[in-house]
Amino acid sequence: MIGIERLSVVLGGVPVLRDVSLAIPPGRTLGLVGESGSGKSMTAFSVMRLLPQGARVTGEITLESRSLASLSERQMCAVRGAEIGMIFQEPMTALNPVRTIGDQVAETLLVHGAATRSEAQGVARERLARVGLSPDRFPLDRYPHELSGGQRQRVCIALAIALRPKLLIADEPTTALDVTTQAQILALLRELVREEGMSCLFITHDLAVVAEMADEIAVMQAGGVVEQGPTGTVLREKRHPYTRALFEASGHQPARTTRVEDAPLLEVRGAVRDYALKRVRFFGPRPAFRAVDGVSFALRRGESLGLVGESGCGKSTLTRAILGLEPLQGGEIRLDGAPVSPDMPPELRRRMQVVFQDPYGSFNPRHRVSRLLTEPFHLTGQPPDLDNRIAEALENVGLTASDAEKFPHEFSGGQRQRIAIARALIARPELIVLDEAVSALDVRVRAQILDLLADLQARFALSYLFIAHDLSVVRSVTDRVMVMRVGRIVEEGETEAVFSAPQDGYTRALLKAAPVLPAA
Amino acid sequence: MLRYAATRLISLTLSLVAASLVIFAVVEVIPGDPAAYMLGLNAAPEAVAALREDLGLSGGLVERYLTWAGGMLTGDFGTSYTYRVPVADLVAARLWISLPLALYALALSTLLALPVGMLAAARRGRVTDYGIMGFTQLGIAVPNFWFAMLLVVLLAITYPIFPAGGFPGWDAGILPALRALTLPAVALALPQASILARVMRSALIETLSQDYIRTARAKGLTEGQAIRNHGMRNALIPVLTIIGLQFSFLLAGAIIIEKVFFLPGLGLLIFQGITQRDLVVVESVVMLLVFAVILVTFLVDLAYALVDPRLRHAR
Repeated sequence: MIGIERLSVVLGGVPVLRDVSLAIPPGRTLGLVGESGSGKSMTAFSVMRLLPQGARVTGEITLESRSLASLSERQMCAVRGAEIGMIFQEPMTALNPVRTIGDQVAETLLVHGAATRSEAQGVARERLARVGLSPDRFPLDRYPHELSGGQRQRVCIALAIALRPKLLIADEPTTALDVTTQAQILALLRELVREEGMSCLFITHDLAVVAEMADEIAVMQAGGVVEQGPTGTVLREKRHPYTRALFEASGHQPARTTRVEDAPLLEVRGAVRDYALKRVRFFGPRPAFRAVDGVSFALRRGESLGLVGESGCGKSTLTRAILGLEPLQGGEIRLDGAPVSPDMPPELRRRMQVVFQDPYGSFNPRHRVSRLLTEPFHLTGQPPDLDNRIAEALENVGLTASDAEKFPHEFSGGQRQRIAIARALIARPELIVLDEAVSALDVRVRAQILDLLADLQARFALSYLFIAHDLSVVRSVTDRVMVMRVGRIVEEGETEAVFSAPQDGYTRALLKAAPVLPAA
Repeated sequence: MLRYAATRLISLTLSLVAASLVIFAVVEVIPGDPAAYMLGLNAAPEAVAALREDLGLSGGLVERYLTWAGGMLTGDFGTSYTYRVPVADLVAARLWISLPLALYALALSTLLALPVGMLAAARRGRVTDYGIMGFTQLGIAVPNFWFAMLLVVLLAITYPIFPAGGFPGWDAGILPALRALTLPAVALALPQASILARVMRSALIETLSQDYIRTARAKGLTEGQAIRNHGMRNALIPVLTIIGLQFSFLLAGAIIIEKVFFLPGLGLLIFQGITQRDLVVVESVVMLLVFAVILVTFLVDLAYALVDPRLRHAR
């Protein structure tokens, strides 16, 4: 039983948590939901007493009637890992790359003096088997880089539960994983909580995930809990306006008016993309990895076409080929009849623009917005009415002309994504490739950006190629959808038809794995 | 791992061949005749011709290169024009001072820098850290010959614990020889240790913000345990790179320190070779140093693979 009473945290003079009170009985899961910056992770780190230096904490945290706040750092070290286990969002980086998985699981036992070195190895083997990594396929001497993301998250879970803690904190544990892997990890966590009788604090931004996982839900906004109660009740009643807003944004359906012409704008025929691998023998032939294997489709003018698939399926490789950034080894790509390749003319390049997932990473932080926006003009030369074009592009995406003089860090994540869209628009393209363009955004911001995209499509007769791993978003904004798996398109059709009656087994598995928000 | 080592070994061999070609070419492309160049402006034509014969400059390009490179492989470095002795003997004598000195200095610098860098990283942003950063800044800024002179004044003159210069030779016993090398090694090590400590500190601080350190803390490790068990090995990669570079520098770049302490080392030999236009010596010593640098790079590459399993398993 873990109890949090009136927990408040001030960090650098700024209150980040206000009067948070929560309780989780053994064997139960509390889902902590909210947007980024709402204080979810801060709450977890307060419990772990791993807040950044200089944080001032008030309030009471009790684990089995023992107050954690009064423990010394040394005593707290004995609690972490033994009585409270924690897993994190990014399994790819959460493990030490230079130590074996067995070592890292056994270390939990060793630092707490709970076992001798050889006993710890045995327990590590048993715990790894418990989370689904059987010792014959995953011996203890494997290194993290030999495992997939989902397997690494299982290792993280194994080392968090190695000492059977009373509380397991899971901070966005499946956000970085594919839907099918996510479903497996969620099932594993549910089973562990039930069988080991742990309390579980499950942090997520995804209402659909929390609906599947949690017995109780606490909704956080700006450092405080605004609504709390049994999962079913909270999701049904949605008493607080913020809960309601989150819910509506999650299932948001932008109003779209599309005029799809019959003429294809983008045609991909039998596209093949190989990557050369390292030679097996010196002077031997170089083996190739076929990332895109005979993909054909057409995107019609004014259409929104979705492309879904799990990581490694070839989405990104196909995208780079479509943008003319990498050559094909077979087949062809045409934009409005003209061949697309790395040496295509700039004028053709101008007609096709792209918006990426990470607005932080795709801007040079030292350039002003005006310079960032006019980057596409390197292709075609600057137009005479440059300032007007900048102002127009910014106003089209809901920003103001005066934003041109600012730097990227002065904007929020959603505003930055608007700038990225403005940068695509300024070249007056016909096709915009949206590569996970809304995946990093909070639900309410995502809803706004989706509305903006729908509005722009109607005003400028744009075509979208919408690449995403989030099936519900694809469903709400595309006319047709393609499902990709190991380099091939396994299913293609009208979006509603594919989602309501999937023909391919893989599509069915994907849809089944995706957590669904209970109908309001 | 074997595969990785084999690839590195091939790359080492190719680098050596390329380096020998460049060094040979540089001597070849020096305007005019190497023999005339070595003998100076007022040399008699007969002397030049004799030297040409002596240097083996009379054959064709390819033939000369093969003779030179082949000689190197069998330990025949040619004969020094100024000293009139085989270069191999000259180099061997100097190497017996320069190599131990470089290793001594490198050991001192590493043993000093790693703990100091770790301490600064563990106490980052506090007084200890600022103190260490200040001292290392000083260590980088002050030239090593200045340290050398201070050390001589303090530890050879005021308190005569170590000799002020000269080298008794290894025949005099290991202890006297090491004593003679101690002050120069310390003078060489201090600036290197300052650089290395800073690299160690920043590499460790970099790894401390990694997710796996957070995982380690969540497992119940103290900050110190997390640094030792998870930070150190990951921070070693940039540190190894710097250590490799430093060894190469220490082997050949100790010339000023050799001057201060009257040590007949490689640095002095190459310096004299250049001033006396003894191209045979210059060519051979440069090739030897290139070999040392490439060999150290190879060893550092192997060390990377020992530290980082991702390299060992690289396909």
